[in-house]
Amino acid sequence: MTTKILRTMSAGLIVLLACSAAVAAPPIKIGGLFAVTGPPSFLGEPERNTAQMVVDEINKAGGVKGRKLELVVYDTGGDATKAVQLATRLIKDDKVAAIIGPSTTGESMAVIPVAEKDQVPLISCAAGIKITEPVKKWVFKTAQNDSLAVARIYEQLQKQKITKISILTVSDGFGSSGREQLKGQAARYGITIVSDDTYGPKDTDMTSQLTKIRGSQAQAIICWGTNPGPAVIAKNARQLGVKIPLYMSHGVSSKKFIDLAGDAAEGIRLPSGKVLVADLLKASDPQRKSLMAFVKDYQNHFKVEGDHFGGHAWDAVMLLKGAIERGGDTPSTIRDQLEKTRDFHGIGGTFTFSPSDHAGLTKDAFVLVEVKNKDWVLVK
Amino acid sequence: MELTQQILQYLLSGLSTGAIYALIGFGFAIIYNATSIINFAQGEFVMLGGMLSYFFSSVLKLPLPAAVVAAVLAATAGGVVFERLAIRPLKNATPLSLVIITIGGSILIRGLAMLAWGKDTHALPPFSGSEPIEVAGATILPQNLWIFGITVVIIVVNKLFFNYSITGKAMRACASNRRAAGLVGIDVRRMVLFSFVISSAMGSMAGIIIAPLTMTAYDVGIMLGLKGFCAAIIGGLSSGFGTVLGGLLLGVLESLGAGLISSGYKDAIAFIILLLILFIRPQGLFRKAETERV
Repeated sequence: MTTKILRTMSAGLIVLLACSAAVAAPPIKIGGLFAVTGPPSFLGEPERNTAQMVVDEINKAGGVKGRKLELVVYDTGGDATKAVQLATRLIKDDKVAAIIGPSTTGESMAVIPVAEKDQVPLISCAAGIKITEPVKKWVFKTAQNDSLAVARIYEQLQKQKITKISILTVSDGFGSSGREQLKGQAARYGITIVSDDTYGPKDTDMTSQLTKIRGSQAQAIICWGTNPGPAVIAKNARQLGVKIPLYMSHGVSSKKFIDLAGDAAEGIRLPSGKVLVADLLKASDPQRKSLMAFVKDYQNHFKVEGDHFGGHAWDAVMLLKGAIERGGDTPSTIRDQLEKTRDFHGIGGTFTFSPSDHAGLTKDAFVLVEVKNKDWVLVK
Repeated sequence: MELTQQILQYLLSGLSTGAIYALIGFGFAIIYNATSIINFAQGEFVMLGGMLSYFFSSVLKLPLPAAVVAAVLAATAGGVVFERLAIRPLKNATPLSLVIITIGGSILIRGLAMLAWGKDTHALPPFSGSEPIEVAGATILPQNLWIFGITVVIIVVNKLFFNYSITGKAMRACASNRRAAGLVGIDVRRMVLFSFVISSAMGSMAGIIIAPLTMTAYDVGIMLGLKGFCAAIIGGLSSGFGTVLGGLLLGVLESLGAGLISSGYKDAIAFIILLLILFIRPQGLFRKAETERV
């Protein structure tokens, strides 16, 4: 008797659930490929946190055009091979409509052929200019091009009449891309590169390279890499008594760099997205509103300040939201609508995409900041 | 900056890194001499030293000296557990199986560290400030002096232990001939345990003194372990000055190579040296070739 009742009840429950599922429109699935663990985890973790936070908020407010967003995140560990496998899984098994990420240039370049072949829009959070130049139909990016970062630094050097520099770049995708940009743009700003050294991502001692630089005629050093290398370089430079100005890349634009380098970070300058100095921006800055909201939001959720890298994921999710609002809901319609984005005031800058520009930002996306008293200040 | 000053700088930096390689290489040598296996988890004890000090000083807020002592003790305890669980139960395993087990153990320890403390890099405060010291035109940090000092102390203590204490002599007896040592009443299994204790203590100390300079993370053990292994091979896996010289030589050659030839090939230099030694003089630079009586 009881088994019969139980069975009918469960059958009824199942029917009810099936009905409710059929009534609501299915959620739009978005894939996330982030390096939550591994050396680039300082990129992937804030990106994953931010993406989840924004998707949850969008869903709490009712979703986009009545449909909820479902974020499926896979951890690539910063490994390009894994990223490709996971991208294929997102597309074939999870059937996502778009993919956000990966976190690094190396991984992005590996995943691009997958996105192009399977025709799913990819919004990368990595900085390498090669990701969107030349333009690929299905690939966009939210991180500022490293070419813009280099231009910012060179502008400053030119203003200070510095003509001879040394460059010290890490031997991975990010570093090589930066090195190409540094070498390619130098002549335009009247700068000669007197020495060109590299270091490995896991190297723990760069005194050899810095000793060589100290003995050269360089008037400034530009270091291009991501933590922890630049922190070691800052410490080594201080140890060796290197007096010339030290510039870093936007790869270390987070508090973590100051934590790792300690006193050695004082006086170091780097280009950064405006998020690091959100509270110092003029009220008239069009990005100020989004920036302050993001920083506070992230702080409430995760107890640390929102940073430059989390911002890339914020921009990616919001860009997708915009595309879906404008009518996209399949991979190809989302892609088309993404390309129509105009003047979106995000965290990384103001985005305007076009068929020939899938990076969407200009030089104004970067400001030059300096470390003072363990905090960031704007360099005028 | 003239060339001589530059070379002096390379030498000093190289000696400092070399001292660390020597300490790690010692760990390899001691375990090899007691058990005839290469313990590839040695690098992970180096990592544990640094990470545990970070944990004790930054998370549990102990003062630095207490954190250091606690870290060495905890790492040594880890070494004992490793020996008990992974090495002792396998009485008749071939050396190859044991080596593979140590590799597996190293991956396990690395994974546990990642789960416990995350994948972030962490900085340890230097033991006595970070003002550079000038030495004839080159500069070193106070931490480099700590590294030299502590390495010298550890090596001297080791030498005294192995040459003048009963336990030390017993361990050397095991290294020469296990069976004979067992026959004269030496508890060979306990000597194996001691070898792990000493190696993990030394390894963790090495990890702690270098952490303020190079920062620590869950995966620093791989490279450091491999380079320490190179140092041990160059020194012929001896428990004496051979390994020390091997480590210093490796550090200096690495530093000079990075500065004078090309910085991109820094790691390659260490492994090229290892390959050359293994091809040309596998018994190490400082040991006579071994002959077996048939």
